[in-house]
Amino acid sequence: MVWAVTLICLFKYGARTYQKSGKKNKNNSVLLHGSKIPIHIFTLNCLWVSFFQLLTAGFNVIFEAMNFLYHLGRYFMLLGKVFTKPEKASIYWNLIIDEIYELGIGSLGITAIISLFMGAVITIQTAANIEGSWVPAYTVGYTTREAVIKEFSPTIIALILAGKIGSNIASKIGSMRVTEQIDALVIMGVNAPGYLILPKIVAAVFILPFLVVISMFLGVSSGYLVSLYSGLLDPSEYIYGISYDFIPFSVTYALIKTLFFAFAITSIPAYHGFYTSGGALEVGKSSTQAVVYSSIVVLLLNYVITQLLLI
Amino acid sequence: MIEIKNIVKSFGSNHVLKDISCVFEKGKTNLLIGASGSGKTTITKCIVGLHEVDSGEVLYNGKNFSTMNVNQRKEIRREIGFMFQGSALFDSLSVEDNIKFPMQMFSKQTAKEMLDRANYCLERVGLPGTNKLFPSELSGGMKKRVGIARAIAMNPKYLFCDEPNSGLDPQTSILIDELIKSLTVEFDMTTIVVTHDMNSVIEIGDKIFFLFKGEKKWEGNNKEILKTEEEEVRSFVYASKFIKELVK
Repeated sequence: MVWAVTLICLFKYGARTYQKSGKKNKNNSVLLHGSKIPIHIFTLNCLWVSFFQLLTAGFNVIFEAMNFLYHLGRYFMLLGKVFTKPEKASIYWNLIIDEIYELGIGSLGITAIISLFMGAVITIQTAANIEGSWVPAYTVGYTTREAVIKEFSPTIIALILAGKIGSNIASKIGSMRVTEQIDALVIMGVNAPGYLILPKIVAAVFILPFLVVISMFLGVSSGYLVSLYSGLLDPSEYIYGISYDFIPFSVTYALIKTLFFAFAITSIPAYHGFYTSGGALEVGKSSTQAVVYSSIVVLLLNYVITQLLLI
Repeated sequence: MIEIKNIVKSFGSNHVLKDISCVFEKGKTNLLIGASGSGKTTITKCIVGLHEVDSGEVLYNGKNFSTMNVNQRKEIRREIGFMFQGSALFDSLSVEDNIKFPMQMFSKQTAKEMLDRANYCLERVGLPGTNKLFPSELSGGMKKRVGIARAIAMNPKYLFCDEPNSGLDPQTSILIDELIKSLTVEFDMTTIVVTHDMNSVIEIGDKIFFLFKGEKKWEGNNKEILKTEEEEVRSFVYASKFIKELVK
């Protein structure tokens, strides 16, 4: 395999050299580093090189696809172990309560700050954009409500928490792995994936919808405060806007999204943490990977769920 | 008693264990010795199922661990106490909770019984009154002793100690050796100790297995090891000039 890759690299290097320094002369030959090469030989070589470049690219794609399938398979196998019968329900229950506190209550501050500023900025931007136009003033409230409830609260909060909770989970479980604490659990006969991951998933799926509802309330309320104190629009218009053409399903849609996001931002970092190998450096890498992949999955799920529920 | 028969284990192209067979006897401290990278820790991890063997058998009192299902393995594992090289104490739990952890998970003892047992284990390892300390507040030697206390909390039939003396001062090292020896005799356990500490070999080696590059080169006891003619064993045993002088 190593030899094959080396050979391919040599051909790739050769192709670049040919393309850069090859000059066609009058006698149907190519002058390369002072020596003449017949044009048909040069063309044949270029074709060979292109073929190997394509082959390399093909191998890369196959390798990446295999790698993705490997991780996907291992992720679902891990989930299979996570959702097995707990050894002692009372211990898991206590762990879930602890996680609810840590993941939920611990994230309340950042959620509140983001939501307040998010709602306020959306209100100001919308008001600034429609100022002096034919668009009615209540559109500001309507837009703020729709943006906050349908998109900003569930998705942005999930993305922020993917960073906060995700890195926390991945580094915590990863540290346990590299310090053999997970091995200790296994040797004691404890189902380590269940013990470490299940409470986090259950806690997040339970508490995140509450955080999102709080975020919705704060986001829309901060818009009202802006209307009240900035003088950009009449507060009564804002109130009319936020109640105009309200469809309760918007909240249901946002909460359904949140449940999936909560699952993703806990299970994906847990997977990365659980399969960390090496030392402190790898724990950091796992933590970064966990945040990146869980954020991508949140965005992907957002698209798929929106397509399924709103179209 | 634990028996391993013809165990082979590789990691990719690296053949770590090459056809190893040993019998680890009950009520004795069985030592796995050898240079770093000789496969000592890998053997113990294969025995407890943290690594799957490529071929061969691991027998716990005659029952083949390699062919057991998940639940049967869990049953065996509840009879195992394992002290890790790095102690592997749970950072988020206090000393007391670390020791009580296996009891909380698997026993039906009352809170009082668990506390009494935890206190007894802490007394046995010479750390009474450290219940409320966290692992981050303990020294290396204390962590190892708490690791032993946790390992014996469930009255295990099998005790594994992975390099219990590494990084410890001579006094603490001797203390831990004596502790392992006395617990083995008192609870009639099958104890397997991974070490490359010659002091431990001489002090507690009821049965010694010498590994060299993934192969079992020699087996005997702490008296025989000083007289062996096996070249690799001699170069390991007499690497220290002090021991050479002592034996002379």
